[in-house]
Amino acid sequence: MASDDIWILGITMTKFGKRPEDDVVDLAAEAALGALADGGVTIQEMGVLAAGNLMGAAAGIGQQLQKQIGQTGIPVYNVANACATGATALRTAIMAVKAGECDMGLAVGVEKLSGAGLLSGGSRKEDADTWTPKGRYGAVAGLDGRVGTEIMPGVFAQVGMEYGYEHGGATFELFARISEKNHSHSTLNPLAAYSKAMTLEQIMGDIMIAYPNTRPMCSANCDGAAAAVVVSDAKLKTLDPDQRRRAVKVSASVLTSDPWDEGCQQLPNVNTLTRRAAVQAYEQAGVAPEDLDLVELHDCFATAELVHYDNLQLCAPGEAVPFFESGATWRTGSTPVNVSGGLESKGHPIAATGIANIWEVCHHLRGEAGDRQIEGAKVGLAHVIGLGSACGVHILEKAA
Amino acid sequence: MVSTQRSWPHDRIPVEPRGCDTFGLPDDRRLDVAEQVPLVDYLVLGDEPHLQANECTACGARFFDRRNACASCGKTEFTKAAIATEGVLRSFTIVAFAAPGIPVPFVAGIIDCDGTQVRANVVDVEPDPEHVTLGMKLKLTTFPIGEDSAGTEAIGFGFAPLEAN
Repeated sequence: MASDDIWILGITMTKFGKRPEDDVVDLAAEAALGALADGGVTIQEMGVLAAGNLMGAAAGIGQQLQKQIGQTGIPVYNVANACATGATALRTAIMAVKAGECDMGLAVGVEKLSGAGLLSGGSRKEDADTWTPKGRYGAVAGLDGRVGTEIMPGVFAQVGMEYGYEHGGATFELFARISEKNHSHSTLNPLAAYSKAMTLEQIMGDIMIAYPNTRPMCSANCDGAAAAVVVSDAKLKTLDPDQRRRAVKVSASVLTSDPWDEGCQQLPNVNTLTRRAAVQAYEQAGVAPEDLDLVELHDCFATAELVHYDNLQLCAPGEAVPFFESGATWRTGSTPVNVSGGLESKGHPIAATGIANIWEVCHHLRGEAGDRQIEGAKVGLAHVIGLGSACGVHILEKAA
Repeated sequence: MVSTQRSWPHDRIPVEPRGCDTFGLPDDRRLDVAEQVPLVDYLVLGDEPHLQANECTACGARFFDRRNACASCGKTEFTKAAIATEGVLRSFTIVAFAAPGIPVPFVAGIIDCDGTQVRANVVDVEPDPEHVTLGMKLKLTTFPIGEDSAGTEAIGFGFAPLEAN
């Protein structure tokens, strides 16, 4: 009897980095065709397409993609959910299959961000001729820089510093060491935007963006895409043994938003929704944090990675600093985190990220990760968070 | 986004008229002060400047923007609550790289004002990690940010160290 399990049948990510010759549709097509080929299926077999391209959210990347790789008339969902866009696209395809509307679906995330610079915080215009109250705060002038900061490096710097306020130990050097780890990991990832190791001195001595985040401690803007084919358990059973052997089980697929608590509208609270997503995911999957062989989490800034050790229950509450200092999250440690290089070094083409991190986990579970293979990996977790906020957590397991 | 059940005036809760009227000063004193407006409408000027939140009468959640309803409990009645003018620095960053036109470096922080979190710049302090520290005690301060073409002065706010460094 078929279960309602969902499987990743095919999945791919493109090379991340500067891709000046390719437009968003080229990148999306490369990822989509790659995922279909990886799964041994065709676009004609897909019953749903979910696609995300945050910067061009109004343009309908799903239909643009269809016009290049196959207009089969299936429903298309163009999704936009900040940095959780890719995970949301994947979850949309999963929900359609789970609902029984179709037995196979394609999810795609793509972004062109090379040279984009600061992605937010540029909203402060020149002061007007007259002070006229505007907007929800009745502001007579731009607030960025006058009432705190709107730039993401600064927002996430405060997220990490707040953890330090509550639990101590969150020094500039500690955050820089997290970045050192991820840059080191990326040297084994040929698809990473940056694959050069950086010393602690280089990281701490680089250009300061928003203390304590220097430039290499910030996610790397780059171009890239990722795509996945999902399939129902019943359909998978009809496919050939090679396809079944490489299929990866989606043991949990969770999306949460920010529950209200005091202060969450002053500084985005990235903790509560991640904790809730993790709790739900572990319950859905019947997996405990200590069962995880690897984790890809949303290190949009070095300051963010620290808090998610705690939020994802990789360590005891409040113990993220000693947990990191123990070496646990290096690829040689007990819970390798961001062996891909993470957003800081692999890169962060926003809408691609939430599928690319799942590709990384699948790559290890399939035993296909080459030089950076985590030996014997059987279960992994992928996490993304987009401000606003949205959090996606997926737990993946190797086929039995 | 379209709702057919907006019985409550959804566009904004009543706000006091802006400009001199927001000072809460007696009429006869108005001419004594320059024309001033607060940077944001939750900054109350006058003899004892302070920040003012919209507090949900049902659950006590506090907000600084105009409200459609309470994000905590969904109810729609609010009252004005004065925020403590002293607080503790709960988190900060020193922004060194910002959008064009924004002077850097500056210190952005979250100040815990007796249980209510406030977003503000930390001012009157050297913008470096030796002088700005988690847990430091701060107090609200106001200052002019410029005059417009009509000669009206806008007043901004920040939090300064409670004790001199």
